[in-house]
Amino acid sequence: MTSYFNEMYQGSAVRAPYARLQDWMTAMPAELRQMKQAEAEALFRRIGITFAVYGEGGDPDRLIPFDMFPRVFSGAEWAKLDRGIKQRARALNAFLVDVYGRGEIVRAGRIPGRLVYLNEAYEKSVVGFVPPKGVYSHIVGIDLVRTGPDEFFVLEDNCRTPSGVSYMLENREIMMRMFPDLFRENRIEPVDSYPEILRRTLASVAPAKCDRDPTVVILTPGHFNSAYYEHSFLADLMGVELVEGQDLFVEGEFVFMRTTEGPRRVDVIYRRLDDAYIDPLCFRPDSMLGIPGLMDVYRSGGVSICSAPGAGVADDKAVYTYVPEMIRFYLGEEPILKNVPTWQCGKEDDCKYVLSNLKDLVVKEVHGSGGYGMLVGPKASADQVEMFRARITANPHNYIAQPTLALSTTPTFVAEGVAPRHVDLRPYCLVGERIELVPGGLTRVALTEGSLVVNSSQGGGVKDTWVLAE
Amino acid sequence: MLLSVDHVTRYFYDQPVRGVVQSHRLMPSQCAGQKLVTWKVSVSDGQMGGGFRDGAGDWVQGWTVLGPVNEITVRVTGQIETVDMAGVLRGHKELTPPEAYLRSTHPTEADAALAALADGLTPAQDALAAAHDISARVSDAIVYTSDTTNAHTTAAEALAQGTGVCQDQAHAVIAIARHIGLPARYVSGYLLVGVDGAAAEAAHAWAEVFISGLGWVGFDPANRCCPDDRYIRLGSGLDSPHAAMIRGIARGQGEESLDVSVTVQASQTQSQTQQ
Repeated sequence: MTSYFNEMYQGSAVRAPYARLQDWMTAMPAELRQMKQAEAEALFRRIGITFAVYGEGGDPDRLIPFDMFPRVFSGAEWAKLDRGIKQRARALNAFLVDVYGRGEIVRAGRIPGRLVYLNEAYEKSVVGFVPPKGVYSHIVGIDLVRTGPDEFFVLEDNCRTPSGVSYMLENREIMMRMFPDLFRENRIEPVDSYPEILRRTLASVAPAKCDRDPTVVILTPGHFNSAYYEHSFLADLMGVELVEGQDLFVEGEFVFMRTTEGPRRVDVIYRRLDDAYIDPLCFRPDSMLGIPGLMDVYRSGGVSICSAPGAGVADDKAVYTYVPEMIRFYLGEEPILKNVPTWQCGKEDDCKYVLSNLKDLVVKEVHGSGGYGMLVGPKASADQVEMFRARITANPHNYIAQPTLALSTTPTFVAEGVAPRHVDLRPYCLVGERIELVPGGLTRVALTEGSLVVNSSQGGGVKDTWVLAE
Repeated sequence: MLLSVDHVTRYFYDQPVRGVVQSHRLMPSQCAGQKLVTWKVSVSDGQMGGGFRDGAGDWVQGWTVLGPVNEITVRVTGQIETVDMAGVLRGHKELTPPEAYLRSTHPTEADAALAALADGLTPAQDALAAAHDISARVSDAIVYTSDTTNAHTTAAEALAQGTGVCQDQAHAVIAIARHIGLPARYVSGYLLVGVDGAAAEAAHAWAEVFISGLGWVGFDPANRCCPDDRYIRLGSGLDSPHAAMIRGIARGQGEESLDVSVTVQASQTQSQTQQ
């Protein structure tokens, strides 16, 4: 029987960051809790924050369940996470500039060239380009799990367009509205500066040819996209235009946006669209979502694209294994946050080990995301295990495996009252002229008892995440 | 050899289009054996956009045309001094690592028949000999025949029918080379079509294979040779679409048709025109 670290308790004693929540929890009668939960749901509905789930069908306007029990970090705990996350974001960006440049890390034999240059996410079309301020990934979402008081592991890095930050902001907003007392009794670091810092970060990477106050836009695939709410929410909070591909066009050396007052030049595009779709001239010719000619403008310094095309090669699950090596190579530092030990099925020995230990491992697709195409060995049926065995054998390079981590739990409101449920954390690190991290992030919680899968697409919920001021 | 090029591409739209965006690879490579005398690219009613040298050393130039237009003419004229480098690409500055050219693409996917053409080759012992063999085997297996394939034909399809043009032969060389672990890429350019009846057109394509110790070496299965001073190298890519001389998209409903003419002439004495 695995034991799990409960972030609120140490034995029967309440850990310091949660001290005041103990009274709050015990003082809340069941009726009040149900009333508040209904109120929270009504608020989320009114705001319109919903999340369509790929491949599940059903109600596209489904709410992600919100759990009112906050997840709390002490100032000291956060200080370490803050350093570790920023360190990682710096190293990932240094790696990207390097592998699209001289590839020193490959030449030095610290990462296999094949893993980088044969990677589907390696974008040949940007080789030789250094984006403004040397930043490829401007919003780095780093997924963390905790296994003990001082034990944190990075589960994966998201260097392209990590989503979910609107939940970080909305969860806080709603908690403050429903429980104003809690925010008087606890000194909680604010997160509401995120949109302004994001805007500043994006403006700070304006292209070489921009000689004025940069115009920033958010490029969305459109309202059918599952994260459309977030795109419009962030545009709103930053005070920038939300555009679709058809609203933008290339003329001469620049990109313009159609407005009621005529064309307006655009300097920075925060795109929430995959590389393959942003320019049909350069990438998928069948894409109706992109802007023809965008890449030529980008590469000649007429517009910035965030995240930079090609950033995905740094967050690939096979490349992930080498992030600690990147930190040592580029920064000359020891990694502050640990990687989860990872077996690459593409390596013969690793594959052998994985196939004979499937029942104990978590298996993931190298390019998968959202908890799809994943096997949690200890929870899987014999059929599922055999299905994965066949898949791995057929295409070993497509899979990695990790030990089943003993994810920490935090108290969570459930039908019977309060019970521990497993959580992870995704903070959003912003990288531009400066590197900044809002104290907080998105805590996802596996609402099903015993479940270790926190993805919203697999029945996960969200919580407000507190960082206490020291 | 002093070569003169006149390359005209006309686009016709049956209804006026609102605008056109193009991306060109129409500048000769900066490498040993190619010295520009004059070179000019023009686009009718076009506004020159951003240009840059990419990781493979090609000059990529954006153009836009503001509509409504029914017709666009892209014209390349120039003179260039060439020297026979025996197919070896020298003095060419590029950053993209050869390994990046091991990735296969749809038109260069090696099926069992293409893989079988690699039987008995020993690239580990002599990569250059292996590359020559690949090119020769492709010349035999895919006989140069016009109008039997189209722009979307894959190497595997061309081999299955046994005929194709330079694009298909180059794709096949690339597919086989990558299959045995040799980085390979598609090159687009011009060719002086000689009086000896060589099977090729003036707008030409061939393959380059990376030979450790030597660098990129060109192979032209269509003419059973390595590129010499009759060849003008423009750009490269993983396959034909990636190395296209002109890529473009029109905004609007108009159906597009195309007319291309390329003339490559050698210093007044020899000449050849292809329509």
